[in-house]
Amino acid sequence: MPESETPRAEAPEPGPAGAGEPERRGRRLAIGKGPGRLLVLVYGVFTVAAASRSLYQLIAQYEEAPLAYVLSAVSALVYAFITVSLVRGGEGARRAALLCCAAELVGVLTVGTWTLVEPSAFPDATVWSDYGMGYLFIPIFLPVTGLLLLRRAQRA
Amino acid sequence: MFDALTWAVSLTALALAAWCGNAAYLDQPTKDWHFIGMAVVTVLALAQLVIGIVRLAQGDKPDESTTVFVAYLVGSACAIPAVGFMSLSERTRWGSVTVAAGAVVLAVLEVRLWDVWEGGGHA
Repeated sequence: MPESETPRAEAPEPGPAGAGEPERRGRRLAIGKGPGRLLVLVYGVFTVAAASRSLYQLIAQYEEAPLAYVLSAVSALVYAFITVSLVRGGEGARRAALLCCAAELVGVLTVGTWTLVEPSAFPDATVWSDYGMGYLFIPIFLPVTGLLLLRRAQRA
Repeated sequence: MFDALTWAVSLTALALAAWCGNAAYLDQPTKDWHFIGMAVVTVLALAQLVIGIVRLAQGDKPDESTTVFVAYLVGSACAIPAVGFMSLSERTRWGSVTVAAGAVVLAVLEVRLWDVWEGGGHA
């Protein structure tokens, strides 16, 4: 895994003040490597899927089911944040991702239950409707897998 | 032609998924032959993108919105190159798992693409 030394474009570069101290990126806790790489992919896919879907629906047909589309947009934000955290790595990112995975799990459970209890509030589906049934229930397995992996990364 | 390509991309993507899944099972990273396989699937997906756009230009309308159709076409063309690069920087079995997962995603995209083009309801 010597490739981890390559600087990433999205990593914020230290300003002129921090130029004196070289940042050791190779030492960072790499949570997006190994099995984490698969997690990066799935979170990446869900970010793109949820973001493009909600963006399109919010623009093209907002009136039909505003609540559903806004909730999809929220899920897209959560997915995007976790993806970025996984790619960046480091203890801070790990904690942030852990928190977001927990929030994601709560979100899926809440929205899933909400859509079942009060279907009339949702004329159209969200990403997390019926616990993510439209996405093969991946939305409910994903945060659980993420939590397990991120906890294990701490011990490693 | 477009339907045939949808089938071709789906089936080659599933074959690629099985192949890379096997490599992961054998604890191997992706190798040159896998990348040739990825290239084949990508060329098919790119052909589909071109033909899809040509069909739109000729005045054909997808069953659902044109924007959604083009989004799925572009997504299909980008899927395998994206996971290919991810597996280049992950020279373990997990790189192979990533490509296999990406290929499955592509197959799912093709199913959705077919829905958007033909319409799942009255096909």
